[in-house]
Amino acid sequence: MNIHEYQAKHLLHEYGVPVPRGYAATNSHEVETALSHLDGDMIVVKAQIHAGGRGKGTFTDGYKGGVKVVKTPEAAREAANHMLDNTLVTAQTGPEGRKVQTLYLTEGCDIEHEYYLAIVLDRETAQSVIIASTEGGMDIEEVADKTPEKLIRVPVCPTMGLRNHQCRQVAFALGFKADQVKQFAGILSGVYKMFWEKNAMLVEINPLVTDKNGNLSALDAKVSFDGNAIFQHPDIEKLRDLNEEDPKEIEASKHDLAYIALDGDIACMVNGAGLAMATMDIIQSFGGSPANFLDVGGGANEEQVTAAFKIILSDPNVKGILVNIFGGIMKCDVIANGIVAAAKNVDMTVPLVVRLEGTNVEAGKKILRESGVALTPADSLAQAAEIIVEQVQSPS
Amino acid sequence: MSILVNKDTRLVVQGITGKTGTFHTQQCIEYGTKVVAGVTPGKGGQMWEDKVPVCNTVAEAVKEHGANASVIYVPPAFAADSILEAIEAEIPLVICITEGVPVRDMAEVRRRLEFNDTKTRLIGPNCPGIITPGECKIGIMPGYIHKPGRVGVISRSGTLTYEAVWQLTQSGHGQSTCIGIGGDPINGTSQLDAIRMLNDDPDTDAIIMIGEIGGSAEEEACAYIKENVKKPVAGFIAGASAPKGRTMGHAGAIVSASGAGTAEAKFAAMGEAGVSIARNPSEIADALLRIYKG
Repeated sequence: MNIHEYQAKHLLHEYGVPVPRGYAATNSHEVETALSHLDGDMIVVKAQIHAGGRGKGTFTDGYKGGVKVVKTPEAAREAANHMLDNTLVTAQTGPEGRKVQTLYLTEGCDIEHEYYLAIVLDRETAQSVIIASTEGGMDIEEVADKTPEKLIRVPVCPTMGLRNHQCRQVAFALGFKADQVKQFAGILSGVYKMFWEKNAMLVEINPLVTDKNGNLSALDAKVSFDGNAIFQHPDIEKLRDLNEEDPKEIEASKHDLAYIALDGDIACMVNGAGLAMATMDIIQSFGGSPANFLDVGGGANEEQVTAAFKIILSDPNVKGILVNIFGGIMKCDVIANGIVAAAKNVDMTVPLVVRLEGTNVEAGKKILRESGVALTPADSLAQAAEIIVEQVQSPS
Repeated sequence: MSILVNKDTRLVVQGITGKTGTFHTQQCIEYGTKVVAGVTPGKGGQMWEDKVPVCNTVAEAVKEHGANASVIYVPPAFAADSILEAIEAEIPLVICITEGVPVRDMAEVRRRLEFNDTKTRLIGPNCPGIITPGECKIGIMPGYIHKPGRVGVISRSGTLTYEAVWQLTQSGHGQSTCIGIGGDPINGTSQLDAIRMLNDDPDTDAIIMIGEIGGSAEEEACAYIKENVKKPVAGFIAGASAPKGRTMGHAGAIVSASGAGTAEAKFAAMGEAGVSIARNPSEIADALLRIYKG
């Protein structure tokens, strides 16, 4: 689960990491309140969306930049007016962009140098790793690619936790001296504590900056959490912004369905994540384009299958549906009854191909054939994919 | 014969009195698995379904009932603790079926598994389990699709494994042992570990490896196959059509925003290692039978 920059910075601040003073605003009234709290001769207006590359992004009306550094409250107001409720397209949003519904207005910072600091949970070594670099403010993958020697990596044992000497090690490697070593060690231990306590998968501060007085602060932050652990953190769950999610995915999660919207036109409904991916793959290999990933789980019942059909059909791009179920312990005849009942419950407007395999498959196919529901039963996965691609691409 | 489990395996079920535990324990007993005990803290001394004694601790199940393998069906919040309890009780094989275990918990478990005094191999979490057809089924896979034989199967997925096993069985080829290693980013047994075991097993003649996008487990396994495995190996990777940066159902199935962990890279590693590639999930058994006559 991802959160916004302003939420990440509030959390970091709670863990003792210095961040520039700032206020979130969702309308012009809140923009005024924020501006009344900010003084100094530099104000930064930042669009809050769950995607990077905001500074270099362009709004769909041509307005350039989702991050503006301005000198006066008037200029900040003008930037805020342009951004709020406007749609920002960045390298990470895809061409459709994201609607900006929240802004973050912060005080400016006289930057001396930009650093990079992150902690990630590394799956290969099963431990967290601190990644730091003197080359902050740019894409870290580019740094890793072009100047790997500038990347500092320090693994942290999950049972020992982060130790002071490791904080110092990173501080010295970044070239900090005297008081800054202590400042940095405090920041790193705060970041690690937050990372560990809140079950984060990634905390990234880019850039971490020093100002003209030598003080460090986090200028931008990105945090994502382990979805499996959210139940342990109601405070984090509250930070979820449904505006950033596809409404179909939100609806699916209410029915315990794993659904991901894609941009193709052949929907699929499958039991099991691996088989669901493989079903998308086979649609693609027959020249079709999958409209979604959908795993109805091992024990999918009629209610879930009905909900799944409704979600699939709410996508206007969908021109056909492929249901692929391997009936194991859940028998094919039971599943067939569920599919038939669900199909009768919804207004099926597109071709439906059903492939069942496994326990009681013949009984299942018989139920499908005799159901009176307009569907094509298929004998194999390859045949099912071939039929649905054919039906969608050359409708009779 | 087989690896890890056989007719002599004595199973303890952690979470036996729960709904999932009860259902799948019945299925496993019907298949012929020897379930010697269950564990549900606080229900020690009871009998589950009049058949299996329930213990308060795993240590008790080992001491009193000679359990030498454990399967875990407890909810995600308690799964890591259950694994650690089984490790402390020195159970040689632990299979965690539970889906949704926090990754941080698994990082801690994995460190415990690396201790020198650890006697346990963990399979999973978020996996269908392990089966040696005709002898022992531990987990949630449908038993009847399997058939005793000489092909080993390893997979990160549940139903996709059933698909491959069914293809094998229908073409007349049985399986030595099928291991579901699970779909999570941090697990107990990797593709590489499983390949090694099947390669060393005299009763396995050929291997099917089913992978998914995300991580580098398949690449590591392929590097080993290239150098060490003479047995015929066929493979498939799910997720070639998945978009970057999205978790595809399994927590571990994600191509990172920077493009690491793609199906393309994994297929390439398979090609490099001489693995017979199924480009299509309905041809997994066929890919093996191109290079293995059985």
